[in-house]
Amino acid sequence: MIRAALDALSTWAIPVLLAGIPALALARGVKVYPVFVEGAKEGFATAVRIIPALVAIFVALGMLRASGAMDAAAAALAPVTSALGLPASVLPLVLVRPLSGGAALGVVGDVLRSEGPDGYAGRLASVMAGSTETTFYVLAVYMGAAGITRYRQALPAALLADLAGFAAAIVTVRLLLGGP
Amino acid sequence: MGAIWTVLLGASVVAAAVNGRMGALTAAALDSAAKAVTLSLGLAGAMALWLGLMKVAEEAGLVRALARAARPVLVRLFPEVPPDHPAMGAMLMNLSANALGLGNAATPFGVKAMQALEELNPRKGTASDAQALLCALNTASVQLVPASVIALRAAAGSRAPAEILGATLCASACGVAVAVLAAKALARLFPAPAAGPEATP
Repeated sequence: MIRAALDALSTWAIPVLLAGIPALALARGVKVYPVFVEGAKEGFATAVRIIPALVAIFVALGMLRASGAMDAAAAALAPVTSALGLPASVLPLVLVRPLSGGAALGVVGDVLRSEGPDGYAGRLASVMAGSTETTFYVLAVYMGAAGITRYRQALPAALLADLAGFAAAIVTVRLLLGGP
Repeated sequence: MGAIWTVLLGASVVAAAVNGRMGALTAAALDSAAKAVTLSLGLAGAMALWLGLMKVAEEAGLVRALARAARPVLVRLFPEVPPDHPAMGAMLMNLSANALGLGNAATPFGVKAMQALEELNPRKGTASDAQALLCALNTASVQLVPASVIALRAAAGSRAPAEILGATLCASACGVAVAVLAAKALARLFPAPAAGPEATP
């Protein structure tokens, strides 16, 4: 029942906003159409402005994956992480999640297929993917849009948060859904 | 960021040399560059739609009303941002869209907030504490409904695709807490350079 409510919320939220905001604004005497176009113009300009930052990040990450550096890192880390309750099949997710949302979902799909969605590895992969974000992509878009080139503590803080999310996923899956 | 970027590129070339994947590396570099442009332009439509709608909401006074409701929390998280500044409204919309799992709608609000915060930033081009915290909050995912994961689980034949919700919520709350603490605690370790005219116009 909770799931049905959440489903309804996520399908209805956007349509309600799309109709509700202009309706409310119109009722308050806003010139809805020209104001919308003015804001939309800004949106388009922003999308173009983030291109250089996105190119820089995407090229670096694409090269990192294609070079095999990623696989080498996973192989080197596997003995340590298995001891911490992170199965070898889920480890690539930890490495890929901050870099690429699409690749991360690919890894989750792979784990779900090969190990089943309702086992420890499947549940852990699901929780890890759901509780973290594609850090480098978010940073590139947000910082790029504001024209910022020096990120200061944003990157280490974001990566620490990812790490905490992954560790917390291992703990909560064991506590709430059962261990391996 | 420049050092990290250079290290990523250098490490990739070295690894590709060791693994004999130079050809694939070149292809991946060019392919990724093209993908970045496709993605940005694909984002342009959503961005235009949501920022257009956001402007309408702003003119109608909706954003300000929402921001006032969330003021106690936001003022504490972002003490250097004036409570009435437009950045507050945009940040609020950004964080609530994230929480509802409306990923595509959250990004334009976040972008808008970053630009509004840049107006307050005395050192243009270098992230302010508020900007770093907002980014960290977004990368920590304040998401309540991980819709794509649940869909994947259902497709894989799970008996209970949504059973991960509770654990996801707890794990994601830990991530958010660490993001806030780390962004605040690390601020002093990454001092901003003295304010100056090095800003981009």
